[in-house]
Amino acid sequence: MSITGREVVLIDTGVANIASLVAAFGRLGRPARLSLDAREVREAEALVLPGVGAFAAGMARLREARLVETLRERIAAGRPLLAVCLGMQLLCESSQENPGVEGLGVVPAQVTRFPSGARVPQFGWNRVVPGEGAHLVEQGFAYFANSYRIARAPTGFAASESEHGGSFVAALERGALLGCQFHPELSGAWGQALLGRWLVCGGAPC
Amino acid sequence: MLTVRIIPCLDVDAGRVVKGIRFQGLRDAGAPDEQAALYEAQGADEIVMLDVSATPEGRSTQVETVRKIRARLSIPLSVGGGVRSSEDAARLLGAGADKVGVNTAAVANPGLVDELAARFGSQCTVIAVDAQGRPGGGWEVLVRSGKEPTGLDAIEWMHEVVERGAGEILLTSWDRDGTGEGYNLELLEASAEAIRVPIIASGGAAGPAHMVEALKAGADAVLAASIFHYGEYTVAQVKDALASAGLEVRR
Repeated sequence: MSITGREVVLIDTGVANIASLVAAFGRLGRPARLSLDAREVREAEALVLPGVGAFAAGMARLREARLVETLRERIAAGRPLLAVCLGMQLLCESSQENPGVEGLGVVPAQVTRFPSGARVPQFGWNRVVPGEGAHLVEQGFAYFANSYRIARAPTGFAASESEHGGSFVAALERGALLGCQFHPELSGAWGQALLGRWLVCGGAPC
Repeated sequence: MLTVRIIPCLDVDAGRVVKGIRFQGLRDAGAPDEQAALYEAQGADEIVMLDVSATPEGRSTQVETVRKIRARLSIPLSVGGGVRSSEDAARLLGAGADKVGVNTAAVANPGLVDELAARFGSQCTVIAVDAQGRPGGGWEVLVRSGKEPTGLDAIEWMHEVVERGAGEILLTSWDRDGTGEGYNLELLEASAEAIRVPIIASGGAAGPAHMVEALKAGADAVLAASIFHYGEYTVAQVKDALASAGLEVRR
């Protein structure tokens, strides 16, 4: 099967609740398809790296499908990628969740657990404040479900922030790369609009 | 800082919303997807769909109902009622539920909680607890829609399911459900003290003032059915009242 320009390819990370992402792209008039095929992942106009669950399991899935280098190359080339929740964490170097497991390493950051005192998992709606240079993320409320996070803005990315036991990175942007710690597909009209802006940006630098 | 969440609950029987609905402007007031979309437009933070089908035939429409709601809804959807196994949960998540709630089956087989959390993650695993006051103090867990006492202490049971991987507790006060007397604040305070995961308070709301009380008593979210279904309050009106009481809401 070849990919049409309108088709959004979602890397099939094997989690069950990917249906919400497919539905969100459907509402934007874009068919979405799950894939683990390296060629499709390389060639897709718009690629999504979803993910819930543990860091090690997420990386194992990418390694088994031989997608690690494909993803690194795609990101280095500035091709459009949306990484959601665990997907954004997989872009980092490592995670406290599974010490010793190497991430994709394209974001110079370590993922760490929320400090003790903050309710974990963070479950619900939190205010997102756009960082300097953010061109996709706007101010609003986003839906989060996570126990780990990137604590500080990594260099080379525009980082939007939220507060939960101190500030943390809610979203990262660089060109057509958008990483969201929250679930844009579950963040109401605000999230839907963000997905729409990313899709528009997807084809060309913006 | 997380906002408090307002969660309308749809009771669905054989694919149709039950309990009366008095909204203007719905093409089909019994259609769960129509009603879910309307609640989202009013500002609902999440939707719970509870399948109350009495028969297996009625319940067989559940997956299709979830798919229809998901197609329109861009906020989280939690689905409960009749979930007996991780296969049941997989079907609902595959159709577009973001979380699956389990009640009776978890009491019958506590290992199911571990299985759901391991397979889908704690963020998908909601345990619904129906609690009834004991004459000597404390609360007992009821199952089978409140028909069957279990002898389990509700606080201990919540503690156990959280240890096993539950990510959220949907806590219904069986003494208050349907009374309009307000949520059971004593139960909420004791529960919020005992467990670390978010608690959704359910049972007894007659208006925004009850919701403010429950959220101040330690609930992270409040669920209500009747007050929204009968058009007594919109979600937006409830949020205005909560904001006036100093609670942070998403608007």
